[in-house]
Amino acid sequence: MRAFLGFVRKETLHLLRDRQTLAILLLFPVVQVLIFGFAVRTDVEDVAIAIVDPTPDVATLNLRERIAASDRFHIVGVTTSTRGLDARFRDGSVRQALLLPTDMQRRIGRGDSLSLQLLTDGSDPNTGGIMQGYATAIVDRWYREVVPQRGVLRIETQSRMRYNPTLESAHLFVPGLVAFVLTIVSALMTAISISRERETGTMEMLLVSPIRPVAIVAGKVIPYIVLGFVSVLLVLVAARTVFDVPLRGSLVLLLAESGLYIITALALGVVISTKAPNQRTAMIAALAGLLLPTMILSGFIFPIDSLPRPLQLLSYIVPARWFLVIVRGIMLKGAGLATLWQETLVLVGMTLLFLVRGSRGLAIRLG
Amino acid sequence: MRTVFFLVRKEFLQIFRDRTTVFQILLIPVVQLLVLANAATFDVKQVAMMVVDEDRTTVSVGLVQRLEGGRQFRVVRYEPTDAGVDHALLDREVTAVLHIPRHFEEDLVRRGWAPVQLVLNSEEGATAGIVQSYALSILGAYARELDRTLPRLEATRTVRVAPLDLRTQRWFNPTRNYKHWMVPALMVSLTTIIGLLLTAQNITRENELGTLEQLNVTPMTKVQFIAAKLIPFWLLSLLIFTIGLTIGKLVFGIPMRGNLLLVYLAAMVYLVVVLGLGLWISTITRTQQQAMFVAFFVILIFLLMSGLFTPVDSMPRWAQYAAEANPVKHFVAVMRAVLVRGAGLETVGRPILGLGVAGIGVLALAVGRYRKSVA
Amino acid sequence: MTHAIETRELTRRFGDFTAVDAITFHVEPGEVFGFLGANGAGKTTAIRMLIGALAPTSGSATVAGYDIRTQAEQVRRRIGYMSQKFSLYEDLTVRENITLYGGIYGVSTRDIVTRTGDILARIGLEHAGDELVREIPLGWKQQLAFSVALLHRPDIVFLDEPTGGVDPITRRRFWELIYEAGAAGTSVLVTTHYLDEAEYCRRISIMVDGAIAAMGTPAEVRRSVGAETLDEVFLKLTRPGAAA
Repeated sequence: MRAFLGFVRKETLHLLRDRQTLAILLLFPVVQVLIFGFAVRTDVEDVAIAIVDPTPDVATLNLRERIAASDRFHIVGVTTSTRGLDARFRDGSVRQALLLPTDMQRRIGRGDSLSLQLLTDGSDPNTGGIMQGYATAIVDRWYREVVPQRGVLRIETQSRMRYNPTLESAHLFVPGLVAFVLTIVSALMTAISISRERETGTMEMLLVSPIRPVAIVAGKVIPYIVLGFVSVLLVLVAARTVFDVPLRGSLVLLLAESGLYIITALALGVVISTKAPNQRTAMIAALAGLLLPTMILSGFIFPIDSLPRPLQLLSYIVPARWFLVIVRGIMLKGAGLATLWQETLVLVGMTLLFLVRGSRGLAIRLG
Repeated sequence: MRTVFFLVRKEFLQIFRDRTTVFQILLIPVVQLLVLANAATFDVKQVAMMVVDEDRTTVSVGLVQRLEGGRQFRVVRYEPTDAGVDHALLDREVTAVLHIPRHFEEDLVRRGWAPVQLVLNSEEGATAGIVQSYALSILGAYARELDRTLPRLEATRTVRVAPLDLRTQRWFNPTRNYKHWMVPALMVSLTTIIGLLLTAQNITRENELGTLEQLNVTPMTKVQFIAAKLIPFWLLSLLIFTIGLTIGKLVFGIPMRGNLLLVYLAAMVYLVVVLGLGLWISTITRTQQQAMFVAFFVILIFLLMSGLFTPVDSMPRWAQYAAEANPVKHFVAVMRAVLVRGAGLETVGRPILGLGVAGIGVLALAVGRYRKSVA
Repeated sequence: MTHAIETRELTRRFGDFTAVDAITFHVEPGEVFGFLGANGAGKTTAIRMLIGALAPTSGSATVAGYDIRTQAEQVRRRIGYMSQKFSLYEDLTVRENITLYGGIYGVSTRDIVTRTGDILARIGLEHAGDELVREIPLGWKQQLAFSVALLHRPDIVFLDEPTGGVDPITRRRFWELIYEAGAAGTSVLVTTHYLDEAEYCRRISIMVDGAIAAMGTPAEVRRSVGAETLDEVFLKLTRPGAAA
């Protein structure tokens, strides 16, 4: 036990002395949360729309005014023909175009059908759909008010968004960002530190000492746990103060789960380091191998429910996925352990699995 | 020049002798591209819905049937009261709840309109909006159907006036194929990640091993050194990029409407910037570990603020300005403009030029920062 | 004839710590000069200044007739260097290492081929030319590193503790290489803390705490300090009070 504590102490001092790494590990998550909380959004605003109005009259002007008044759109040009529209779509200066019929006011008076055409740049299917939805909604609203209709059957829908009523992007991304950054940083830390010891040969010295491999792994991991924890606290403070991300659940539970997750990620780093023959391989595996899959399959940006079935299954093995559910659950929904026990159990299981494989891997390396 | 040749030769020998690394840098992009291209979508399918039907009339049941009929919703719970709503939402058993109040049918027949309540789990906000629009469109269609078929009181009969015929068309991606959007994004990400990683730790590694000191004692110049470090990885990254494009075309059928040469020109210039950046990182860090962390930080910022996964137009003004300094953003924009929209040199000439200038700047930084001797 | 190496009050400070304290010495062309001293005495720092890897804080030096501060590039063309880690590329073969440095120093391809053959024959690695440096034994690695340092026929070669960790016979073989180089006109500045190797040098200097405490032929040094063996010299210089 004393040997173990001494070992932990050595690792801690080692970490504290490396000022640069310390700064990086503490600051990076916070800085990233700050930047992305502001910058990463899926809201669609300020769409560049062009209007083709062959015969401007009262009705078309009314519609044009409504579009101009909406802050979701800004009209980049009103023309009488579609000439040049093609090119403007292609070079990206126009994202949508609304083509109005001729003599609209007269058509309304006579009861003729009004055919409008809405062209949308669909190269990004996500924003394409949203832009189309907005424009359609404006046209619909205009139609219902300008063209008098009595008695059309309608179902009035009142919508309420639970947990995130304003659909604040930050509230969605910040918890996800915490999970994401923690994953990569933790895995990297241990992957590199362990493979570096192996490269420089000090690992062998440790392995022949009376400390058992499990203890070595644990000892290496402990200073980073504390560090990760401090990091998480800083990120949470930033999330609350800067972005008003709510914390509807228990802070204690959140910290406990964060602590658990840090260990999970660190343990993953250990496994990577035992499989990798040198530092470079460990780094590439941890960074290139984990970054995109974690970003994409954890639900951080793209919802899991939107994934095709095979990928949904694949996401089960991504630790960040489970942690994300937990963090969002606690922060946005006020969920407690009663609701989250399954996800927690999965994380615990993964951690144990990683730790066991990690220490066994180390023992194999020596033996 | 001869010196550069020998140094480049050495780099290649080292790279290809490291079987594991070669394996990794070729396999990781291919696997991730193939697997993840299917992932990136905000599309919603089979949303689990709970219906609280306090009316239980033919009309309300008809609405439930409409919801079930499409592929967008699965009605997993059908309740007479709203007692279990909170729990179901909390537990993520359902994503949406439709509450049909009493007198639904009656209101429609007598008044011509009836309220319903829709509650959505907006934990993952992006989809909540989409789920809402699906639900609304189904409700709207049902309302129009009832308008024709439901027998009603005379006073509220409709008087039809100029019907609205709004036709919508999606250009460039009419099939709404998410893969066409994601594959270029993934390709750029993967090439960038790997390129930046390899160069960022390269010089630091030589430093740690001591071979850097040996090189510094030779008459080799800083420019020769940086050039020799750049060229092999530049070629390698172009190879990875080409593999990605090939997979994109053969496996996913991504459009290639514009001139492929433009894409390559952009890629070549872009890679100089990225790799130069990696080399610069390598000159400012002391250990490989630090180099990796800095590289990760840079990669993350570049990728998330490049419009790859979330639109640049959605970012606040200041972020959009900042994004102008992001080489990834420009490269992605060029790629999408040329491949998806078929744009030509007039459109992409300027971003490419900008990347070129950035490339020269970054290399100058790296060369300037690198020291053959300690002051 | 100009000296191969000439220093004047060469000094290097790191903050408050003076690693090299105003050393003044010279090395003749073709001479094998031993740079002795305990670990941390300042030998490596001095060498790093002479090869242009570290800038001096004050003082001056010329190597192969060129000023180390203002004519560093010319210096680099005329010197060879073998560090303590012998910095060969472990993941390249013997031949590939030789070719690389030959190319960097501007040796013609034809000469690279012939000299590679010569080196392999001289140190006994003919059958190991295509082995990775990682795989060959330490003694051969040292000799190889030395040969690579001489590949471009420099005027002066700097060796920093080149024979650590091998048995005396292997060390002896290494010194034969050094003699050959010296006989061919190459000046050799070698640091070591093996005192028996000191006897192989024509002249030596002993550094203590950054300054040169004694200099001359081994015999001169022994006489000046009043000791029978270099061991005693060392003791007397490093712990003046201890030796009675």
